[in-house]
Amino acid sequence: MTDTIEPPRARGSAWWTLTQEIADFLYREADLLDERKFRDWLDLLAEDIVYFMPIRRNVKFGQHAERENTRQGEGISWFDEDKWTLGKRVEQILTGVHYAEEPLSRTAHLVSNIRLLDVRPDPDHAAEVEVGCRFLIRQNRVEYETTTFVGRRRDRLRRVGDDWRITRREILLEQNILLAKNLSIFF
Amino acid sequence: MTSAPMSAGPASDGRSLREMIDLDRGTISRDIFVSPDLFRDELEKLFTRAWLFVGHESQIPNPGDFFVSRMGSESVILCRDQAGTVHVFLNSCRHRGMKVCRYEQGNTSLFVCPYHSWSYTTDGRLQGVPLFRVLYDGTLNRDEWSLIEVAKLARYKGTVWASWDPDAPEFLSYLGDAVDHLDEVLDCRDGRPGGSEVIGLHKWILPANWKFAAENFLGDTYHNPSHRSVDMIGIGPSAQRGAKGRRDNEYEGGQHVWVSFPAGHGVHSILSRPDPQYGGSYQHYPEVDAYFRHCFEARKRRLGIERARLLPFTGNIFPNASYHGRQPRGICVWHPHGPGETEAWRFFLVDADAPAAVKDVLRRFYMRYSGPAGMTEQDDMENWLYATAASQGPIARRHPFNYQQSMGAYRTNDPLPGDVSTQMTEQNARNYYRVYRAYLEGAPWQALLGRPSVDAAAE
Repeated sequence: MTDTIEPPRARGSAWWTLTQEIADFLYREADLLDERKFRDWLDLLAEDIVYFMPIRRNVKFGQHAERENTRQGEGISWFDEDKWTLGKRVEQILTGVHYAEEPLSRTAHLVSNIRLLDVRPDPDHAAEVEVGCRFLIRQNRVEYETTTFVGRRRDRLRRVGDDWRITRREILLEQNILLAKNLSIFF
Repeated sequence: MTSAPMSAGPASDGRSLREMIDLDRGTISRDIFVSPDLFRDELEKLFTRAWLFVGHESQIPNPGDFFVSRMGSESVILCRDQAGTVHVFLNSCRHRGMKVCRYEQGNTSLFVCPYHSWSYTTDGRLQGVPLFRVLYDGTLNRDEWSLIEVAKLARYKGTVWASWDPDAPEFLSYLGDAVDHLDEVLDCRDGRPGGSEVIGLHKWILPANWKFAAENFLGDTYHNPSHRSVDMIGIGPSAQRGAKGRRDNEYEGGQHVWVSFPAGHGVHSILSRPDPQYGGSYQHYPEVDAYFRHCFEARKRRLGIERARLLPFTGNIFPNASYHGRQPRGICVWHPHGPGETEAWRFFLVDADAPAAVKDVLRRFYMRYSGPAGMTEQDDMENWLYATAASQGPIARRHPFNYQQSMGAYRTNDPLPGDVSTQMTEQNARNYYRVYRAYLEGAPWQALLGRPSVDAAAE
């Protein structure tokens, strides 16, 4: 999840306009989740989306790049999903008998540190962007259950008409042993 | 069973274990799920004696490989030493107790304590003691200060188990006839013995008593309604072809059996019809379907029809090693943290030599089914949390849980070894808590294993 950090002056105004546009997209997405408009949220996901949350491991210094995170496409992670599975998760919540989300959680998705990491082919004609951000998600359930999820996200967005679709989301939760009984919300 | 309780941890109102776990009436006090005193007794008297699941040899294939695991509430290191011998050590320096290993898995020639730099070789021996000649020569005998090693260790079909009790029976005696069911988890799908590998691990904390989780796998089929949401929408390996349910119906036409064993183990398995037929599964993945069809037929040939009829569903090896036998397939260990908190570890298994395409479909199914991110098991966690929470209060604790389901409705050694019920039952749970009670009473091993001669002599 590292990228080269260039001095901001090297960016033209199209880059900053695009940054604002992408930030607004991510805030709108957060609103849909917090307002529990799960079907509308699904519409923001590309049909070929990869939705991935690795498991983070405690490894020796020097082995982080190689071994810290489980890898997409192999073994067991928290999520390594496609749109079908994400659609099933929404469908499950909408049955009204998915007891881990019944009654529904209250969530607040805070998204910050939004930075464009790559724009293709260029900011004036952006067809695809890579965007990094931090998230802080506060989940409260039933009466006393409160969980805070903090981490980083790297998203790949594809322009579709006047809007964007998420084609890849990598979620790095800053935990080793999951300190929550469930990951029943979307990230 | 043995006679009077020796030092039973009392409930808050002074009730004995025999009163709290009343098997004649089929009631069990909520105290055993919430009492800090009983929790301490579990750690002292149960987790220090019973055989516990530690890990899998596929996690430590080479000399120097280690995997940090847990036994009861304590951290242990599963390690293959430089000579290839497998050990399990308490993860605590003999000098001041610091953990000597805080990486989850890796390869090393030494475990070096960060505190004062005592170091241990992979066979546990104390090697390095800084300033030894000046400070310790003539006093400290290194041979006496090795890492603390388990008293008993067993390797069984790739799995590694250990006990802290030097008097514990051999692992296979401990397993008893439950071994037939565990074999169906550990053996290759085509019937070859062993051959599984761990493809990944979930670890998470759940705010519930560990026994709720163990009981769930022990044979509580009655909780099926809590999974209604996944059954309605279909998430199984054939769901993309329109199949409902949370897994393929591999057991159609079979006789479900709930079997309990004298040492406390309990399983829910299936006896297929006398002429077992492959029912079709993984319908969305023709290559995977073909693989499992091949395995099904090969297994029948290898084991013979009668033996091949036995298929695993779920089970729990006493006290806290649960398994799922087929869809999904893995071992889940419920590590106690406190009366109201459990650290769950789920090891996911596949045949090591299965084709890559098969492993890929399996791992994806495992992830969407299992654990805290799994659509099925999220709902289990919800139940265990609120069952624990709602059992804390003084009024709640005056009223025991009901364990009267299918009382007496079982036959012994018919048609399989063990106490066998052909209807949903809480017999497995009643048997489990009988053995649990015996551990907390400090019973001798013969009684813990439920050996009839000892039972008869004591009654």
